[in-house]
Amino acid sequence: MGDVIISQRKAVRGQNEKPTRKRGWGLRRGRVLELVLSYTILLAGTAVLMIPFFWMLSTSLKPLDEVYVYPIIWLPSELVWSNYTDVFKNVPFGRYLYNSVYISVFAIIGNLLGSSLAAFSFARLRYPGKNFLFVVMLSTLMVPAWVTMIPHFILFKWLGWLDTYLPILVPAFFANPFYTFLLRQFFLGIPVEMEDAARIDGCTSLGIFWRIFLPLSKPALATVAIFSFFYYWNDLLYPLIYLQSQAKFPVPMGIATFRGEQYANFALMMAAATMALLPLIVVFFFAQRLFIQGVVITGVKG
Amino acid sequence: MALPRTKLARREALEGYIFLLPWVIGFLAFHFGPLLASLYLGFTNYRGAGSPTWIGLENFKRMFTEDPLFWQSLKVTVLYAVGFLPVGLVVGFGIALLMNQKVWGISVFRTIYYLPSVMTGVAVAILWQFVFHREYGVLNSILRLFGAEPIAWLNNSQWVLVAFIIMGLWGVGGGMIVYLSGLQSIPTELYEAASIDGANRWRRFWAITIPMMTPTIFFNLVTGLIATFQIFTTAYIMTQGGPNYGTYFFSLNIYYTTFRSLRLGYASALAWMLFVLILVLTLLVFSTARRWVFYAGEKTETR
Repeated sequence: MGDVIISQRKAVRGQNEKPTRKRGWGLRRGRVLELVLSYTILLAGTAVLMIPFFWMLSTSLKPLDEVYVYPIIWLPSELVWSNYTDVFKNVPFGRYLYNSVYISVFAIIGNLLGSSLAAFSFARLRYPGKNFLFVVMLSTLMVPAWVTMIPHFILFKWLGWLDTYLPILVPAFFANPFYTFLLRQFFLGIPVEMEDAARIDGCTSLGIFWRIFLPLSKPALATVAIFSFFYYWNDLLYPLIYLQSQAKFPVPMGIATFRGEQYANFALMMAAATMALLPLIVVFFFAQRLFIQGVVITGVKG
Repeated sequence: MALPRTKLARREALEGYIFLLPWVIGFLAFHFGPLLASLYLGFTNYRGAGSPTWIGLENFKRMFTEDPLFWQSLKVTVLYAVGFLPVGLVVGFGIALLMNQKVWGISVFRTIYYLPSVMTGVAVAILWQFVFHREYGVLNSILRLFGAEPIAWLNNSQWVLVAFIIMGLWGVGGGMIVYLSGLQSIPTELYEAASIDGANRWRRFWAITIPMMTPTIFFNLVTGLIATFQIFTTAYIMTQGGPNYGTYFFSLNIYYTTFRSLRLGYASALAWMLFVLILVLTLLVFSTARRWVFYAGEKTETR
């Protein structure tokens, strides 16, 4: 029976192959045509996606009389780098950058600590009610931030935390459901044998977490750190609600205020926007490698 | 739930709870507690000072019968979701198919297409504001090459949602990455077997790729739905809900009701309305899943 099927398949394949050989050149031509079409679409898409970035960069380096002309000028006639320094002269942009770095660093540390502890518990320790708690945690991903916004505001106001970074930073130290899930998935892939060996040698859970799981999970931790950085670098809502003094503003708030003052000067605004996006773009290209490394490491182990 | 019997197991359980504390405390203090608090506030007329007074269903009654802004924000949000989600899903999928080819330089293209989706926030909103500028913006200048009249993208309540959809499509690369990982997890044996049986490309696409990708499409649909209904920063920065409430999205309505009108009770009711709306739509999508989402075997992993 099996032989019959195989011979039938062979026959079918044979039938298919004969005309293929005859049309060999034709097929290759089809393949070339396909490649040309693919690259055309890919390049066109690239152009479309890059236009906003190009426009931002080009505008940020133009003298003002080339910004407001119709029809538009694609490239500045001379590069006006002073647009960038003017941003620092007009607003405390250095201060905004410092504040954003400050918030991001502490929030990332908080996210990593809280989420990895919870993830270790979900991935590796056995106790009653674990699965139920895990489902509860995942279901909080569905709750829009808008529902908890008002009680948060009342709570933090009552605590006297208005115009401080505490409403942004303190919640960061308690496990974030998404990051916990991500880290748990990674921890699940770490061989049990390593843990057992350590336990026999008298290592406590905390020791296993600290000496085995964290060092082995660098790619996953880096992934969480990068997601977290992007979130806090971009976040507008919580700074908008809680921060009042301009000296405490992070970059997004700073740009929003700057826009109110410099509405007529798009060159300066584009320079500010470029400086706000630059760290993200740099980290993004750096992070691409990290993501791939993470995939490779898990792939090799799995 | 039986208590663990041995001393060692009890110790492990105790450690488990201790390690979980960061989440438990955070959950109670910043998720569950506030969730209940805002539910309560939704039935009061709290205005940020004094103590809240219970007014029963008054807020919800007002929402449906006396508040045109509620209906406007609902309309705008739904229109945006209906306009953006299907196009976003299809375009993201199409790009992922292109990106799944093994051709030279494809990883560079992946990076370029993915990049805009991680760029969000105020800087991006400001950059788009100038792209959409009626006289001096780059978009109208390009459209003019094709003979189109200049469009007042952000000052015309008809066009402004189109502008937001264009902006959303710019970030379609996020969905693309998810599709791509889905495409790459389809076993190649399926395609090989189908080719041997004489299935052409088109047939393989419809009989293998599409069914195998339905879980990924489903995932992107659900996450897209939840995100789309909460759009805020771009609208707050670029249009402040205008023109003529044309981008007065649901989240903007909640924000303004809270911090401009200081009607914290009513805003809580609105926020819960948004939560219920998202929940109902998600459940609706889930209920249709049995009919179109195909799980190969039962071996699907939790995503």
